[in-house]
Amino acid sequence: MELSGGDILVQALKEEGVEFIFGYPGGAVLHIYDALYRSEGIKHILVRHEQGATHAADGYARSTGKPGVVLVTSGPGATNAVTGIATAHMDSIPMVVITGQVPKKVIGSDAFQEVDSIGITRPCVKHNFLVKDVKDLAETIKKAFYVATTGRPGPVVIDVPKDITAPDVKVPFHYPETVNMRSYNPTSKGHPGQIRRAVDLLLVAKRPMLYSGGGVVLGDAADELTQLTQTLGYPITNTLMGLGAYPGTDKQFVGMLGMHGTYEANLAMHECDVLLAIGARFDDRVTGDLEHFCPHAKIIHIDVDPSSISKTVPVDVPIVGDVKEVMNDMLTLLEETDTKPDAKALAAWWQQIALWQDKDCMAYATSSSVIKPQSVIQSLHKVTEGDAFVTSDVGQHQMWAAQYYPFNKPRRWINSGGLGTMGFGLPSAMGVQLAHPDATVACVTGEASIQMCIQELSTCKQYDLPINILCLNNRYMGMVRQWQEFFYDRRYSHSYMDALPNFVKLVESYGHVGLRIEDPADVEGAIREAIALKDRTVFLDFITDQTENVYPMIANGKGHHEMHMPPPRELS
Amino acid sequence: MRHIISLLMENEAGALSRVAGLFSARGYNIESLTVAATDDPSLSRMTLVTRGSDEIIEQITKQLNKLVDVVRLIDLSSSSYIEREFMMIKLRALGAAREEFKRLADIFQGSVIDVTDNSYVIEMIGNSEKLDAFIKAVGDEVVLEVVRSGVTGISRGEKGLRA
Ligand SMILES: Cc1cc2nc3c(=O)[nH]c(=O)nc-3n(C[C@H](O)[C@H](O)[C@H](O)COP(=O)(O)OP(=O)(O)OC[C@H]3O[C@@H](n4cnc5c(N)ncnc54)[C@H](O)[C@@H]3O)c2cc1C
Ligand SMILES: Cc1ncc(C[n+]2csc(CCOP(=O)(O)OP(=O)(O)O)c2C)c(N)n1
Ligand SMILES: [Mg+2]
Repeated sequence: MELSGGDILVQALKEEGVEFIFGYPGGAVLHIYDALYRSEGIKHILVRHEQGATHAADGYARSTGKPGVVLVTSGPGATNAVTGIATAHMDSIPMVVITGQVPKKVIGSDAFQEVDSIGITRPCVKHNFLVKDVKDLAETIKKAFYVATTGRPGPVVIDVPKDITAPDVKVPFHYPETVNMRSYNPTSKGHPGQIRRAVDLLLVAKRPMLYSGGGVVLGDAADELTQLTQTLGYPITNTLMGLGAYPGTDKQFVGMLGMHGTYEANLAMHECDVLLAIGARFDDRVTGDLEHFCPHAKIIHIDVDPSSISKTVPVDVPIVGDVKEVMNDMLTLLEETDTKPDAKALAAWWQQIALWQDKDCMAYATSSSVIKPQSVIQSLHKVTEGDAFVTSDVGQHQMWAAQYYPFNKPRRWINSGGLGTMGFGLPSAMGVQLAHPDATVACVTGEASIQMCIQELSTCKQYDLPINILCLNNRYMGMVRQWQEFFYDRRYSHSYMDALPNFVKLVESYGHVGLRIEDPADVEGAIREAIALKDRTVFLDFITDQTENVYPMIANGKGHHEMHMPPPRELS
Repeated sequence: MRHIISLLMENEAGALSRVAGLFSARGYNIESLTVAATDDPSLSRMTLVTRGSDEIIEQITKQLNKLVDVVRLIDLSSSSYIEREFMMIKLRALGAAREEFKRLADIFQGSVIDVTDNSYVIEMIGNSEKLDAFIKAVGDEVVLEVVRSGVTGISRGEKGLRA
């Protein structure tokens, strides 16, 4: 079969089982858009800004585990996509981004809408390809999907010069079934000797701790994690990216750790004698001051990416491999051995943890006059029975969503952790809703963040996406304000959100439903109403307490044992 | 500690910038870098000289290995190896110094490859220390220009770096 590059590209995506392309047309990709017009099977979602396309594809990928696909034009199309590519890269999200490029013969001549997309994206992709011959196109696409989805996942860019997709140049099309790359062979099987050492160490622990991260979500290993944790009977904490991989309402779960983690999770980290890290990368928001990180612990670390191991924290038992396979091997060893965890030591350890839990670090002063942001999240949890997909933007609202909505399943909590990209929430919710048309999708956002990709309200209308947008409107860049309150003597430099739009009118003009909620008594009802509107995008503008802060908190550069606790709470 | 890392990469456009970009983005030190195609034209071989603690060198090799185009790498300095660098040096050569520079070049197994009334160009091969020593021996004041290739290296014995 002889096909043009444009048709090959579309056929190849079909061979990969692609359901959605998130994109935006322009000169360099017109041949591809023409091929899309003439083909059936793949749905193209027209966004309103290329950043939105990348976040939507990213949300699709996070909620399904399948790679998200993006199509943008050269020059500004590609540069607009960069923020979303970098966001996916930092959180290891599989994505294939096709960028148009000027024709090969004018590359390098400052041609119209030419940028060096390979150069610009190089530091924020897992890999990128420039297609130089239409004969290589199919194989390059195959490789791109393979690289994006295997090992430690990540975004891959394919830069396609316009002449490659020209309708008049046809070549035989054959989609390869397998990929062979001598330079790329991710390890999935862990070293048996190391796994045995790890199990032996875990079984002699007196104060063991499990710390798991986004890798367990990415590796679809929530079941193995749950089984391993419950077989051992040890306490477990999750990173922001790992939430939902272990049931958030289970009694062995001590909450998130790190900067805004629970008192009990952070102190258990500080006091543990054996730490098992599973698909987590010892981020600085998690470890705090490295000098004081897990001072008493022997550390075991499972990760597919060798460069994550001993990067910031030296590890005693490194295990390079896929979390699922390695945990299965550990479970087999635990089944075979007669050694059991030290029951007495473990009971004492749990008792200590219970004392820390008694501090009730997540309690907050309630109010009957002003809406407390935490209570909005708790109401959302109640109304959705903990079973919604929740996306978020970046700021205080993100932390409250993570803290007050316990996730019992993986891939339900969708947020930008590594890059912390404001503007992520709404477009990613579109990708989630498209992937799960019947599910309840909530986007928790702030009045500042939502304005960074507000144009996507128009996309929500075009595709009738019944997303529930919960805006915790504190008229501040709250997270910035909080740092200024704590560390800059309340000099609130440029963190006030002046001249806010009337969000209700704004969303109405896009054809959506908007509600402004000021009375704490109306919170739950408003959420119920929004969710009951199954075929509309609803924007709930909650006017919340401006002065509320995220607690507990470990200040930058402090250790796990040096937490800021919430102020004594008054009764309302 | 100084380390010499040799790597084989797919000979693709942009391969070099991936390595150079990695070093600048992560703030790793890079003293020299050489690159050329190998006997297998689909591969290029790169030799990097870098400095860092054991932890940093471990991260560097892991990060290099993570580049999708890198086929294989070794830290030459972790076992027995040979390193060589090529240098051409232009000296102001006047009067009695002309004989002296020739004699010195002989001692260092270099040779004079260009002569004018008042200058020499001398070529020389060796490890970096030897080249440094030669420059020191002739003295800074007479050096008009120095061009060095950067270090390349190979391991001793039968074992080698192959795809
Ligand atoms: C405002 C704000 C506040 C924040 N506060 C906190 C906080 O209090 N606490 C917190 O935890 N985070 C916080 N973060 C997030 C933080 O910045 C990091 O994004 C996060 O901690 C990283 O999570 P992780 O370690 O699970 O790594 P991820 O980024 O999820 O990385 C996953 C790791 O797993 C590995 N992996 C992937 N797939 C597999 C597989 N199949 N098998 C084995 N390994 C695999 C990868 O190689 C990688 O090392 C905050 C972010 C923001 C924006
Ligand atoms: C694109 C981008 N610019 C700046 C920041 C820095 N930043 C982090 S949180 C925040 C404020 C967010 O305000 P809002 O969306 O209202 O959320 P709140 O903290 O008030 O809940 C800012 C500016 C960022 N994370 N992303
Ligand atoms: Mg705000």
